[in-house]
Amino acid sequence: MASALPNDIEFRSVTKAYGAVTAVRDINLAIPKGSFLALLGPSGCGKTTCLRMIGGFEQPSEGKILIDGREMNGVPAYRRPVNMVFQHYALFPHFNVEQNVAYGLRQMRPRISETEITRRVAEALSMVRLDGFAKRRTHEMSGGQQQRVALARAIVNRPAVLLLDEPLAALDKKLRSAMQIELQTLQRELGITFVLVTHDQEEALSMADQVCVMSAGRIRQIGSPQAVYDRPADLFVADFVGKINRFSAVLDADRLTARLADGRALSLGTARDLAPGRIELALRPEAIRLEKADGEHPLSGIVTHRIFLGSGVEYAVQVEGFGDFLVTSDRSSGETGLAAPGDAVSLTFGPAAIHAFHASEDA
Amino acid sequence: MRALVTSVYVFLYTPIALIVLFSFNAGRNASEFTGFSTEWYGKALSNAFLMDALQNSLVVGLVSATLATLFGTMAALGLERVGPRMRAIFDALFAAAIVVPGVVIGIATLVALVQVFGIANGALAAIWPGDAPPKLALGFGSIIAAHGMFTMALVTMIVKARIASLGRDIVEASSDLYATPMTTFWQIVLPQILPSVLAGFLLAFTFSFDDFIIAFFVAGSKTTLPIYVFASIRRGVTPEINAIASMVLVASLILILSARLLMRDGRNTATT
Repeated sequence: MASALPNDIEFRSVTKAYGAVTAVRDINLAIPKGSFLALLGPSGCGKTTCLRMIGGFEQPSEGKILIDGREMNGVPAYRRPVNMVFQHYALFPHFNVEQNVAYGLRQMRPRISETEITRRVAEALSMVRLDGFAKRRTHEMSGGQQQRVALARAIVNRPAVLLLDEPLAALDKKLRSAMQIELQTLQRELGITFVLVTHDQEEALSMADQVCVMSAGRIRQIGSPQAVYDRPADLFVADFVGKINRFSAVLDADRLTARLADGRALSLGTARDLAPGRIELALRPEAIRLEKADGEHPLSGIVTHRIFLGSGVEYAVQVEGFGDFLVTSDRSSGETGLAAPGDAVSLTFGPAAIHAFHASEDA
Repeated sequence: MRALVTSVYVFLYTPIALIVLFSFNAGRNASEFTGFSTEWYGKALSNAFLMDALQNSLVVGLVSATLATLFGTMAALGLERVGPRMRAIFDALFAAAIVVPGVVIGIATLVALVQVFGIANGALAAIWPGDAPPKLALGFGSIIAAHGMFTMALVTMIVKARIASLGRDIVEASSDLYATPMTTFWQIVLPQILPSVLAGFLLAFTFSFDDFIIAFFVAGSKTTLPIYVFASIRRGVTPEINAIASMVLVASLILILSARLLMRDGRNTATT
């Protein structure tokens, strides 16, 4: 990740262990200024630990964390130029909205004048569209409003980095997508580096411009949402970032042809950078099209379920010897009426859509 | 079942009701109600011995409750930062302090104090330059110490429960917003635990004010209100005693109800 811009945050061989349990193992990561990075992974993958180490709530067992080029090891949370939006908001219950938002400003030395504080609090509240809520008690507000107070309380300080710990997890689906757009807009307006922790791949892909996929305390892949989705580094990433259909094959010496279990050949289009032998293949559901069974295609089966999703249709196809395949098609492709449960179909796909990985990959 | 419950309550509260009733008795006889009068209240309040005992009880109660609240709250805050094993040990110790009978605490404290005073007085006499070395003896100090130790456990339990319901979140949020640990304590933690701290203080005071057993062992020559009442009863129950008991009862009820209100208030803000 070579960048001309200075990095806001750097992890240098960071390891965090709690007794015998290693939460984060040898992480190297550079987050450029002004970027929106999502730490994505299942629970327990170490993403929250990474965020808390940036915030100063945990100290690395080994390695260094730099913020804005300054080493942060041993620097307590209250001396770091970062602010966090907590998962459960962590608003101060005995303060009203205005007092909550002004809290960080009031701690700053040299002191900020009351008029300046009032001005900046009002500005922050208007930025999160909470004008007129200044005197409200926080427990009188809805979850979405509390979320925005937490956001205002963080951005009002104009931190170098804003940390977001699953900030949308407690919101319902509609509110969540609205807040996703708001957060993205806010990030562009403020130009602050955002680091978002989430286990929701859709959230990560839609909001961030860099996605860092983690599992078991390690980084599996860092890249743009498209890169992570279209060119997953391994089977775990392919599986976690979206849905996949996976099946085993044997790669021929030409590194171009895969032999399926029944001996049929499947062309991979281009020579793959893998050792010949056992490999794992993966296909995204939307990369597959269903056609009437013709015996020509290597993968054919019977439609067992059809699930209407509104915007598209999801099929489950049972392929002899390979198990169930998931196929999605959107309605604009006009093939909605094609298959019904019980139909015999062939699965067709372009060779470029096939992801191939080492068989030894754990996932 | 209902009859049983009713009889339990009747059994519990009839004596108390009778005491209050007879405190308004015009006659001197404690078994026969001869007319309504508040004269015994007047008698009680103008009794110099009684007023002295009341003053002693108030001083002991206020000082021991203040100490217990201070140290109990500090202990509760400190226990947040120790490991789970250490915390379990201290939880058990505090619970033990509350369930151990007063007689045992009284005797144990007395024995310990006498031993310590013996050694300390010997040492003081040896190093004191003048002729009359100060002597440590039972009195205010020993009652305050005994009550303070016991009620500190009470305060710790109450404040600990409140801290546990508080969660680390808002403390971390405060720290994230540039507040030093000191500022976080004064601005965030203390306002949140204050109701339980006050409740702890009121309960500690009530306990100390009402305690006879422990005070009886360690009071030395000092007389607290319960000790005075106990001593007077040996000369017969007069309506004056009933009047004192009624006043103590009402004062205790007010304090305990306030403590309960404070604890409920604390919980309400915790859930929001």
